[in-house]
Amino acid sequence: MSVSKIVKDNFRDNKLPHIWCPGCGHGILMHAIARAISNKDLDRDRVCVVSGIGCSSRAPGYMNFNTLHTTHGRALAFATGIKMAEPDMHVIVVTGDGDSAAIGGNHLIHAARRNIDITTIVFNNNIYGMTGGQYSPTTPTKEYGTTAPYGNIDKCFDLCKLAESAGATYVARSTAYHAQGLTKLVEKGLDNKGFSFIEGISICPTYYGRKNKKGSAVDMMHSLKESTIDVKAARKKPELAEGKILIGELYNSTEEEYTYRYSKIIELFDKE
Amino acid sequence: MSNIRLLQGNEACVEGALAAGMNFFAGYPITPSTELAELSAQKLPRIGGKFIQMEDEISGMAAVLGASLTGKKAMTATSGPGFSLKQENLGYGCIAEIPCVVVNVQRGGPSTGLPTSPAQGDIMQAKWGTHGDHPVIALYPNSVQEIYEVTIDAFNYAEKYRTPVILLLDEIIAHMREKIDTDLLKDKIIINRKKPDCKKEDYLAFKNTEDLVPAMSDFGSGYRYHVTGLMHDESGFPSNNSEIADKLVRRLVDKVETNKEDIVKYEEYMMDDAEFAVVAFGATSRSAKESVENLRKIGIKVGLFRPITIWPFAEEQIKNLSKKLDKLFVVEMNLGQYVTEVKRSANKDCPIKFLGKVDGNPITPSEITNFVRGNL
Repeated sequence: MSVSKIVKDNFRDNKLPHIWCPGCGHGILMHAIARAISNKDLDRDRVCVVSGIGCSSRAPGYMNFNTLHTTHGRALAFATGIKMAEPDMHVIVVTGDGDSAAIGGNHLIHAARRNIDITTIVFNNNIYGMTGGQYSPTTPTKEYGTTAPYGNIDKCFDLCKLAESAGATYVARSTAYHAQGLTKLVEKGLDNKGFSFIEGISICPTYYGRKNKKGSAVDMMHSLKESTIDVKAARKKPELAEGKILIGELYNSTEEEYTYRYSKIIELFDKE
Repeated sequence: MSNIRLLQGNEACVEGALAAGMNFFAGYPITPSTELAELSAQKLPRIGGKFIQMEDEISGMAAVLGASLTGKKAMTATSGPGFSLKQENLGYGCIAEIPCVVVNVQRGGPSTGLPTSPAQGDIMQAKWGTHGDHPVIALYPNSVQEIYEVTIDAFNYAEKYRTPVILLLDEIIAHMREKIDTDLLKDKIIINRKKPDCKKEDYLAFKNTEDLVPAMSDFGSGYRYHVTGLMHDESGFPSNNSEIADKLVRRLVDKVETNKEDIVKYEEYMMDDAEFAVVAFGATSRSAKESVENLRKIGIKVGLFRPITIWPFAEEQIKNLSKKLDKLFVVEMNLGQYVTEVKRSANKDCPIKFLGKVDGNPITPSEITNFVRGNL
């Protein structure tokens, strides 16, 4: 499908261009979601895209669906209300590393625990970009942020492991470099009747890159390629995976979905 | 016909909510409001509605707003510490104009305070708890029968003015059991939000309409639009334009303030020939009523002014009372909250006396009687 068709079908072109910095990876991640929606041919009137606060969370404003830009960290909580109220809507959450794993961490683990049918895509740029470069739960240890001027002493979160252990039934990771792969993973996430968690590793040349001497946006894109390995390849040759980030489908299982379980309670009283 | 039952205040609140059309409840357990969640959990699936116990108070408020955006009539319930946590998304509900009802069963504070004791310490929090200027409708009934009725009013105002409505209760009236007759209200009008009838491409979810309340479409119904907690233009898209920001905040506040005649409700008791008035609400007003009767028996011409609508403030009514009467006695279970507004609105020649209590015990009729007699 051509780019112009993807844009025409999925975006509010009168709201573009977006506000993200030159070189930011978020636009690529947003495009991958739009492409997945087009490929799945979802009824756009029944698609709801929900976000919290931060750079990532500006995405829904540009997307031509039912869109909701909520409070910091709370996207999944709002989305849970929407999905519970309208189980046949396609509910997608776009969030960031700070939004989903720091202030919204509790909502993430409980949405995963319920296995509610929400497809969550985390735009992970390893930093708080909107507020100017503070360290986030995914800033690697020893790296720098404006609030970690002597190096970050926090341990970095593996968000996919967190989501899987909390109960997500579909967990995957890709990057802004691997846009096509990401599109396929989002499609599979949309297919999964349950909580799907997809980490999209982004790049922030403006803050994270500059603070940590990661070079240009192109250099950072290149390092996304070099620092990652597909999970299937890693399983075949574990020695290749040493020190690399696994991408691809990390976990996939089938369990009863939350709103389905609630519908069974409602059915108990249907005859009354 | 009558349908007389013995109900607890919290139970009557759920019954009233269901009568108003509630079909979604999200919340988190907290004393003394928990019965509201328990009863909603029991009743909602029976009518095809939804109940969800969320992971915290914040998400309870968020889920209610999400559900309301799809067209559901949604309610959450909490108490003191939980009401503090609701404030973030309560503000979101105000700026994004999402109807819902938030019940706050007041208990002793600050912080965890006195979880099982009554208080009226959240009067100002109901008005100013969330940051920034915003519209507030807060209602406060004083009997089980009235809780049923005012809960319907709360939903009606939420739908009519497209805004969250706060229903204040206190531990006493929430846990008290009384006779109620729901058939008395079977003809009560139920208001539903105004929906758009324009073409989908022409729809502006935050339009500056003449009545200040834009039509609200359900998420999923085909009118795709954007909702944000940022300042936004009529389309709902974020804007930093100062003119747009100014217009939006003023419209939000004005849609409540210019409709005070519709929203401000109160009861006057033995006021016709009164020289003094006790001003009280909620559980305290029940003691005040008895005190007024006792004071009348010893020849003191005192009446009761009981606001049912706490916010917007009954400014005109208080002003008129203060012109007419020799003195006002404001009695509340806090150290002086509603009374500050009374002082602000009253005629400066009219003395205002205040009796407050924060020890977790109700204010008794004899305490009010002694207070009035000692300050005549």
